[in-house]
Amino acid sequence: MTDLRLTPNIPDADSFYADLLAAHEGLSDDESAAMNARLILILANHIGDRGTLAAALDAARPVQR
Amino acid sequence: MLQDRYSLAFKLYPYARSADQDAQTPVRHPVVVVGGGPIGIATALDLGLQGVPVVLLDDHEGVGKGSRALCFAKRTMEIADRYGCGDAMQEKGVVWNVGKVFHEDRKVFEFNLLPEEGHRYPAFINLPQPHFEKFLVERVRAAQADGAPIELRGKNRVTAVAVHDDRVTLEIETPDGPYQMEAEWLIGCDGASSPLRGMMGLEFEGRVFKDSFLIADIRMTADFPTERWFWFEPSFKNAGASALLHKQPDGVWRIDFQIGWDVDRQEEMKEENIRRRLDAMLGNDVDYEIVWSSIYTFQCRRMEKFRHGRVIFAGDAAHQVSPFGARGANSGIQDVDNLGWKLGLVHKGLAPERLLDSYDEERIHGADENILNSTRATDFITPKSKISHVFRNAVLELAEHHAFARPLVNSGRLSVPCAYDGLCLTGDDALAGGPRQSRPGTPCPDAPVQDGFLLRRLGTDFTLLAIDTDAPKEMTVDGIGLRCVTARSGDDPTGALAARYLGDAGSAIYLIRPDQHIVARWERFDETAVQFALRRACAKEDA
Repeated sequence: MTDLRLTPNIPDADSFYADLLAAHEGLSDDESAAMNARLILILANHIGDRGTLAAALDAARPVQR
Repeated sequence: MLQDRYSLAFKLYPYARSADQDAQTPVRHPVVVVGGGPIGIATALDLGLQGVPVVLLDDHEGVGKGSRALCFAKRTMEIADRYGCGDAMQEKGVVWNVGKVFHEDRKVFEFNLLPEEGHRYPAFINLPQPHFEKFLVERVRAAQADGAPIELRGKNRVTAVAVHDDRVTLEIETPDGPYQMEAEWLIGCDGASSPLRGMMGLEFEGRVFKDSFLIADIRMTADFPTERWFWFEPSFKNAGASALLHKQPDGVWRIDFQIGWDVDRQEEMKEENIRRRLDAMLGNDVDYEIVWSSIYTFQCRRMEKFRHGRVIFAGDAAHQVSPFGARGANSGIQDVDNLGWKLGLVHKGLAPERLLDSYDEERIHGADENILNSTRATDFITPKSKISHVFRNAVLELAEHHAFARPLVNSGRLSVPCAYDGLCLTGDDALAGGPRQSRPGTPCPDAPVQDGFLLRRLGTDFTLLAIDTDAPKEMTVDGIGLRCVTARSGDDPTGALAARYLGDAGSAIYLIRPDQHIVARWERFDETAVQFALRRACAKEDA
């Protein structure tokens, strides 16, 4: 069952955005890439539903211009 | 000239001149098997035990040295059990349950195979290939003594084949010179570089992995526990992308180093260089003797079709995988299990030749599943791109601290038999509430039954399994015998039999193939339905 929310769902979104960038502070490019990968896996596991994950992968793909 | 390509661990079928070599015209045999490795010998055994005359040809006189295929899966043991050599193999083999996964020099996690209770055989055993082959040949010898029409001919090398509609002609080289023979059916079990495949001009499709392994069997008295250890990016010097340690019988250990593609084989195989790698891994205080070593490369690929008229390929000759997950020999044995009963019925005129096309359909399905799984493992172990490497290392980091990531760690998904869902021989699922694990197409799960195990009671013919209901003790459908095995859920106080075969249903009838895959199932016996399903399982009914 696909249940991907692409409408706003984060309370106090600016604050989350700041948290996300802060988590990367002081990291090299390689360290950032590694952390992003870990975060993706953690969140993917939390979501769990394959349909939702497939929709998320689709939404994230580079846009063909 | 028959030059040895390798030295023998066991000489099991010395050359002996055959009457065929003095015959006026080439003698025709119902089945000829080319290649006396584990798959070829198992094919000969399977057919011979059915009373189908079979001649096996191998260009050596026994089993080559070296552990090679080492991890034999539960399914293989169950098949070997039906052949009558499972007990001997298990007794010799080493059973392990704990595995440890390391990244560099840190332990990432450990797992316990802890097999599900209520199965005759463990998840798998470590048994070096030469021993596996030797037990098969010993079983062949015992079968021959009982009259099984099996012949093993050593130092018989097939040099040419001519394929006709009704037979295959073979040219064979021997120490006494060449001779010709004919076969109604020719089974190609001559390994990864199959000369037979080459003679027929047939291609392999798939991916060649530019990689190689240095493997060594070493005898050592060391304090290593009976555990499987796998390293990603091991930090000991010169180990390569991965390393693996397995215990074998007789104080011998098997070590694999994934050393990459651009290697100088001659240099790598020098004892002092192998020792340098081993010393870096084991530490300088460990005493060991190198019993055998080799370098091998691997590919993940298969033939487009395994059956070419009268010629049928099995094992590595038909398909190859990377070794992660032990899917090489194990899938080859399943090929034999699939082909044997079908060829037996065709030979006896009890099933049409097109039944052999289902071998193609089912075992290509199996090969594709194995190739998919071993390719995924290979990509995880040796990531092919920067981003792949980033994700791979992310999984390892997370697995060290969080349980969710551990199933993602892929150092090989262990070989399990595949299910033939929706394929042409598979029948209907008419058992409402029946468990998914025993749906039509799946291999019968084992279960405790009274003081034994279910699979041993099912045997090697078509069987009707009746649980908590009745069915005729014996039936014959188009000349094919069908035997009934009755069980009650109370026969297993652990509840496994009921869980694995009844689920929510009150009773069940299972129609089971000689290879112990399930054809169809119902709640009660229905003669017409059973007859139809059996005929369909022998390619006598259109889907």
